Amino acid sequence: MNPEKRMSLLERAYLPEILKGLALTARHFFRNLWFHLLASLGLAKRERAMVTIAYPEVRRPTPFNARSRHRLTRREDGSPRCVACMMCATACPADCIFIEAEEHPDPALEKRPRTFDIDLSKCVFCGFCVEACPEDAIRMDTAVFELAFHDRRGLVVDKDFLLNADPFAVPPAAEPLNSGRG
Amino acid sequence: MTASMGGLWAGAADFAAAHPGLFDLAAAFVKTGLVMTVVMLVGGLILSWVERKQSAIMQDRIGANRAAILGVRAWGLVHNLADAAKGILKEDFVPPKANRFLHTLAPFVAVTTAVAAFAVLPFGGSLSVFGREVPLTVAPLQSGLLFVWAMLGIGVYGVILAGWVSENKYGTLGALRAGAQVISYEVAAGLTILGALLVYGSLDLRQMVDWQAGHSLAGLPWVGKIPGLGGFLARIPAWGVFTQPLGFVLFFVGGIVEMKRIPFDLPEGESEIIGYSVEYSGMKFMLFMMSEFVESLLFAWLVVLLFFGGWTLPGLLMPQVQGADALLCGHALSYWAGGALEAAAFVLKVAFFLWLQMLVRWSLPRFRFDQVMRLGWKIMLPTALANFAVTAAIVLLAR
Repeated sequence: MNPEKRMSLLERAYLPEILKGLALTARHFFRNLWFHLLASLGLAKRERAMVTIAYPEVRRPTPFNARSRHRLTRREDGSPRCVACMMCATACPADCIFIEAEEHPDPALEKRPRTFDIDLSKCVFCGFCVEACPEDAIRMDTAVFELAFHDRRGLVVDKDFLLNADPFAVPPAAEPLNSGRG
Repeated sequence: MTASMGGLWAGAADFAAAHPGLFDLAAAFVKTGLVMTVVMLVGGLILSWVERKQSAIMQDRIGANRAAILGVRAWGLVHNLADAAKGILKEDFVPPKANRFLHTLAPFVAVTTAVAAFAVLPFGGSLSVFGREVPLTVAPLQSGLLFVWAMLGIGVYGVILAGWVSENKYGTLGALRAGAQVISYEVAAGLTILGALLVYGSLDLRQMVDWQAGHSLAGLPWVGKIPGLGGFLARIPAWGVFTQPLGFVLFFVGGIVEMKRIPFDLPEGESEIIGYSVEYSGMKFMLFMMSEFVESLLFAWLVVLLFFGGWTLPGLLMPQVQGADALLCGHALSYWAGGALEAAAFVLKVAFFLWLQMLVRWSLPRFRFDQVMRLGWKIMLPTALANFAVTAAIVLLAR
């Protein structure tokens, strides 16, 4: 509150201001009640009476630039793009990426990851790994943010999990994955 | 079948005539059952649902609606059953240092006194059953208002006991706040009631309602003699809110303090000290919640009786003799239709004040404790005294 601003006598009398506030909340009450009534008769959308999103059934569109659970991208032949250069693991401030490299059959590519684990319980979702990757092999655009598991080991996800379609993910109803992103 | 029913009926009438005392006792039991059912249903079930849903609708939300039995959600009413199940199944924790007896006693004191006050609250005129007049009050006491006030006064013992016996500093703080707050506002609200008492000339709640229905604004000193308005004023009943407007405002504020509801919920103050109920869990905690809701109902009921003409409806004239026609704005109406109208009017009036309390509770932020004390002693008490003095002067001069 601005200390310079003195309250007027009417404001200091308290009761008129209280009545104003009560009128405001009462207005909301009757307006929303009216729309609930109309909605129950099928004459209005229930959303007009509330800002609530009934979450598990109704989903908010995920912003296209939201950083969500990681995924590993593939080459045209289906093999992972990752060359196990360790840039992401180095950039990671939370130390949650564990890569074990192995020889790639193609000498031009040199390496590929034998294991690629991310400990989601440590991840801070900063997106540095995505920035650091020279191969566009890791992305955080799955729109999956429900990362609850029954034990901590479930939160350590491996290469297969990151490469393949998510068995736990609920398909987002609002918008297709990846919309707006190249 | 009909003959036996008729025989039973006649037998009951004979019994009533032969043993009036026993009949009155039976009637009192029936009335107690009725009032207790309503109080428990409203205080224990409906008000917690109203609280959830009304706050949600006011705040553009849906409100609790997920609990379901076989898919039936019943607009969130199932949540009350879930609450009850949770309360019963939860561990009933008594702090190791607390006195087990007093710790258990406290919630019962709170809820019993709140419920006991309903004994003297009338909920209608009177019926004649088997030739005996049955007033629609569990215990038609001549000093009914005093009894209500006494019960509210004792009710605070439950809260103080709960906070003090818990051996918890926050609980004790809450209890101290409750004691200070309720006692300070009892003075102001009590003085307000004195004003109403001067107008009605009785402590009997039934007579207060009768007075309000029997007088019109035209019968009031000075106000009733405003030239040109006589016909209009004669049609408006002299409800307490018209004869004691300031008293009504003071009583309403004082009542909210007495009930310890937001914005005066400092004894509880769940965001700062949690308060007297901090060491209570399960059903004992729910009893405190329930006593608060029961007091809400008590207060709404009392406001309607004292300031809004109780069950009477302006324009509706009930006959003195049972069964005769009632008059609605000059048109004859059957006796029972008139009675139903009165009952509906009473229920709607009480419901309105319950709604208003919830509206206040979900609109205003909590006061600071020194603000509560200042409002009580420096503003409400002098205003109530002035209201009392002016009322007394008017009553004396107009006699």
